Amino acid sequence: MSQGNSHAASHGSVRSYATGFVLSLILTVIPFWMVMSGHFDRHTTTISIFAFAVAQILVHLKAFLHLNFTREGRINSFSFMFTALVIVLLVGLSIWILSSATLMMVH
Amino acid sequence: MSTHVNPAHSAHAHGHEHHDSGSSTVLGFWLYLMTDCILFATAFATYSVLFQNTAGGIAGKDIFELKYVLVETFALLLSSITYGFAMICAHKGNKAGVIGFLLVTFLFGALFIGMEVNEFHHLIVEGHGPNASAFLSAFFALVGLHGLHVTAGLLWMAVLMLETRKRGLQPRTLTRLSCLSLFWHFLDIVWICVFTVVYLMGAM
Repeated sequence: MSQGNSHAASHGSVRSYATGFVLSLILTVIPFWMVMSGHFDRHTTTISIFAFAVAQILVHLKAFLHLNFTREGRINSFSFMFTALVIVLLVGLSIWILSSATLMMVH
Repeated sequence: MSTHVNPAHSAHAHGHEHHDSGSSTVLGFWLYLMTDCILFATAFATYSVLFQNTAGGIAGKDIFELKYVLVETFALLLSSITYGFAMICAHKGNKAGVIGFLLVTFLFGALFIGMEVNEFHHLIVEGHGPNASAFLSAFFALVGLHGLHVTAGLLWMAVLMLETRKRGLQPRTLTRLSCLSLFWHFLDIVWICVFTVVYLMGAM
């Protein structure tokens, strides 16, 4: 994924942007193809498209937003990780609570 | 996160100060984006708990056209890489390159918004507006929120094109370009979540 041109790490280079772009293209086309072709069962497709989404987000964070763990870049990466934790709690618990509530009202 | 290359090397003594205020501005903007992430997360949570409540009307399966969404996705992805090229030009002090690539980015972004407005228009004309069901309210709120962000980004980009043309690539302009760069790439990440959660899951 990274080819270690450290002098351009904070801004990115033509090569790092192009690599990110091609990877994103691949990681976009595969999940669309999986859903459009309908070759796979529902369970496999759901897990796969979420896995491809997470992979593509990581590619974007690295190639386009240049998140890293150098001394200057660390604070951005840690603030993002904290936000990701808040989002997982917010979205995950909302879905859990409300789906439980729906289940108990219906049955 | 960002360091500036002062092309003129004129303010060498003040270079360090510029560098400091510039990078703390970009960090501050990054922290704003993190709060914006949480705003989007609440919209995603709302959509996730409401998308099955179609009130007997249409569901995602009936209205989503994945080929159309794929073209929208490509437009946004292309605009991300052209913005990246604009930033590379900016750090090299290539003013014409910055304006050119920003213009291309703007056109891809405008294509995306045009396609989204067209999709919304069709849905509303056919009676599937945001007031038809909880599913459609949540859909319009989430996708519309992303669309509003992209529109704001386009306005900002237009202003920065004019600023770059008029004042050149001063440290202040570079800081602003860096902030918009974060904003623009961030919106592309949100779109990955939108097409996965809304369109792909909905069309399955």
